[in-house]
Amino acid sequence: MGLATESQFHVLAVDDSIIDRKLIERLLKTSSYQVTTVDSGSKALEFLGLNEDKHRDPNQLSFSPNNHHQEVEVNLIITDYCMPGMTGYDLLKKVKESSSLRNIPVVIMSSENVPSRINRCLEEGAEEFFLKPVRLCDVNKLKPHMMKAKCKENQENQENPEEDVQPQPQQQSNNNKRKAMEEGLSPDRTRPRFGGGLTVASN
Amino acid sequence: MDVVQLQKQLADYTRSLFNEGYLDDQFNQLQQLQDESNPEFVAEVVSLFFQDSQRLVNELAKDLEQQSVDFKKVDAHVHQLKGSSSSIGAQRVQKACISFRNYCDEQNIEGCLKCLQQLKNEYSLVKNKLETLFKLEQQLLEAGG
Repeated sequence: MGLATESQFHVLAVDDSIIDRKLIERLLKTSSYQVTTVDSGSKALEFLGLNEDKHRDPNQLSFSPNNHHQEVEVNLIITDYCMPGMTGYDLLKKVKESSSLRNIPVVIMSSENVPSRINRCLEEGAEEFFLKPVRLCDVNKLKPHMMKAKCKENQENQENPEEDVQPQPQQQSNNNKRKAMEEGLSPDRTRPRFGGGLTVASN
Repeated sequence: MDVVQLQKQLADYTRSLFNEGYLDDQFNQLQQLQDESNPEFVAEVVSLFFQDSQRLVNELAKDLEQQSVDFKKVDAHVHQLKGSSSSIGAQRVQKACISFRNYCDEQNIEGCLKCLQQLKNEYSLVKNKLETLFKLEQQLLEAGG
């Protein structure tokens, strides 16, 4: 509509239930956010460019880069806790372990009110824990987290102007790998997507 | 029937669904998310719920027929159904799921079978009620309301 896409926050929503994906998508769109939904944690990581999976859909990710580490800037991840395979907690951990993704705020949703689970997620760096079904008043709490992350990102860019300057414009992936290695992480875990063509698939 | 009568009928029927506990406030939340840009939102979500519930009820029947019942699997299916029923506000289905899960914890087959029957009943009841509700809405729309 009237909104320029740049001024719109982009939320990645992760839920294995199609009903809940539909619901969260509507809630977020009603709040004027740009929304991408995926049905599993591994697809979320793939979308974020943290690829460990053999399956990939290059078409899905052929958006233009947005001046960010990932190809598509994601301002917030909202994920279900209980999913087969990778849980929301596992996804949270992967995001927070990744040097390129850790600044993205993560919010966990769950239908069960288990205090130990909630604390575990908050300790691991989740910004919020929403009980399902999620409502508009919950979604209204997301914006401050996205604003805060954006401010932090701008500050970091100002403090370390070198960090994001690319000596060779096409080599952004190397930069991420370099950063990842400096922090002792396996470069494989932070391999960014780059138009499908430049990334090396594992296996 | 004229528009005013249909409106009253729809309002009365909707109220009865809440009063009899078929629906809870979450259904209102869904309705609030429906607007001109998404006129079919509630119907779409509810039809996804019908498909998903039918699938899960069939899975549960299969799970409980096994010679050695995998209660973890049963519980996972009931958990899914509980989630989707609470997401659309199908309160009585959700409640049936809660007692179902208790029998799962106890590994009580008899109890689980009883709950499956109850779940089926509640599911088909709310399905009929919602279909009637949508029909009334459609009639009202056609009458120009």
